Amino acid sequence: MSMTHASAAPRQGAHLASGISISNVSHSYGAQGGGGMLALDGINLEIGDGEFHCLLGPSGCGKSTLLYLVGGFIPVQSGVISTAAGPVTAPGPDRSIVFQNFALFPWKTVKDNVLYGLKKAGYPSAEREERAQRYIDMVHLTGFENSYPSQLSGGMQQRAAIARTLAVDPGILLMDEPFGALDAQTRRVMQEELRAIWRDSRKTVVFVTHDVQEAVFLADRISIMSARPGRIQHIIDVNLPKDRGEEILENREFIGLSEHIWRLVREQAVAATRGVH
Amino acid sequence: MSDTLAGRRRPPGFGYTLIELAFRFSPLLLLAFFWEFLGLSGIVSQQMLPGLGEVFSAFVQMLVNGDLLYNTARSVSRAAGGLAAAVIVGVVVGLMMAQFRIARLLVNPIVQIFYPMPKSALIPVVMIWLGLGDSSKILLIFLGCLLPVVVGTYNGARGVNPFLLWSAASLGASRFDVLREVVLRGAMPDIINGCRTALAFSFILMVSSEFVIATDGVGFMISSLGDGGQYPAMFAAIFFVAGIGFGADRLYAMFARRSLRWREA
Repeated sequence: MSMTHASAAPRQGAHLASGISISNVSHSYGAQGGGGMLALDGINLEIGDGEFHCLLGPSGCGKSTLLYLVGGFIPVQSGVISTAAGPVTAPGPDRSIVFQNFALFPWKTVKDNVLYGLKKAGYPSAEREERAQRYIDMVHLTGFENSYPSQLSGGMQQRAAIARTLAVDPGILLMDEPFGALDAQTRRVMQEELRAIWRDSRKTVVFVTHDVQEAVFLADRISIMSARPGRIQHIIDVNLPKDRGEEILENREFIGLSEHIWRLVREQAVAATRGVH
Repeated sequence: MSDTLAGRRRPPGFGYTLIELAFRFSPLLLLAFFWEFLGLSGIVSQQMLPGLGEVFSAFVQMLVNGDLLYNTARSVSRAAGGLAAAVIVGVVVGLMMAQFRIARLLVNPIVQIFYPMPKSALIPVVMIWLGLGDSSKILLIFLGCLLPVVVGTYNGARGVNPFLLWSAASLGASRFDVLREVVLRGAMPDIINGCRTALAFSFILMVSSEFVIATDGVGFMISSLGDGGQYPAMFAAIFFVAGIGFGADRLYAMFARRSLRWREA
């Protein structure tokens, strides 16, 4: 338990992978301390070091809120979220995030976007150039270093965003429906690439999605969340091979598990549309 | 997936052919003909509307004896001083308003009330406060240019995609980094627009304040030439200051295009 990213010690270098412990976290929007809309209700979840964890649920179940709490973007109102670095109080490069709408700096080129976090981390100039190029190559954007985001397709923008986030080497990678805005084919390719990147880098990943197949394809474990107020209804282990490619879609276990989870999620979605829990 | 959208833009600057240019400015030529016609036909007396030839020779004379350039330099230095101060203060105030509720509560009513007020109404006030020297004009121009910059910066800063702020923070940016590198940078298109309005205001206030409180400058020159009945010279000075204003705006537009290149495509 001795991760010191916020200390005065050299900030440069990899952030250790870390588990995440979420205990008794509730969150409401609107009026503080009662009267507001309860978005999360008593969430308890232990995510293991190096685990690929999907938060799955209908829209409005608070799964993104939970992710933003882990990211430190919104303050924890009640309960505790902690990582190896201690309780989460603010955003930091040990828990970097990829958003659905990419959130690349539109005034920076691909290269400068990737360099941004590396500059903050204090890498010397030559090393950060080399490192930025390595991650740009890794997401297959070689040749587009000097393009602005507006000049790229959605899939390319998201790959740039992933490169930017991975380049700072976060121990924990947060992903908020990162492939939601992409077309079906691009999405499939990105899922495979992400899975491969994760397998090689062994980061802890928390991935928010409402797509059952996506969750089963990517995750080690899946938390199924209920509609408003968000609670964790089921936690499902995905015991599929580590190496997953196109062929897994025909795997009987994959299909069976997808159907099982689909039924669980459907209950929540139906409950949400009827307004009952 | 490999087609970027480069190479569709005009080269920066005046990328027009001579024919395009002639066509673009042909309305000005028509206006010139109309001007000459009014004078020559006697509809308006030649005294009031001197021939363009006369205006041109007065222009050359003032250019040669240095009056025009000296007074223009005096005027422009005042405008630049007031405008520069307005941009610096306006950007800081606009950013503060966007960031802090308290700043918004304090400044917003003031902006709302003073925005529509014609700033030339303050000419007597600044004269009483600061007298006939440069400082009164600089203060007036500063006040007149301030609000467009404040409002532009505020709107721009409020409009920055909040996910960009979160991204920066999660990449290791401090709060100050986020303010400077994301909020300010993201607000830049609106700041640039606000400054363009301010630039126009600075010229208006520069000339109009010099009509009333000055002993030199283009505005002073125009009014004293008019008082002395030297109409060709007066028109020459008017056209010259119009040309300077136009040139400044074109130059600024070029700068704006260059710095907002990332928005194209």
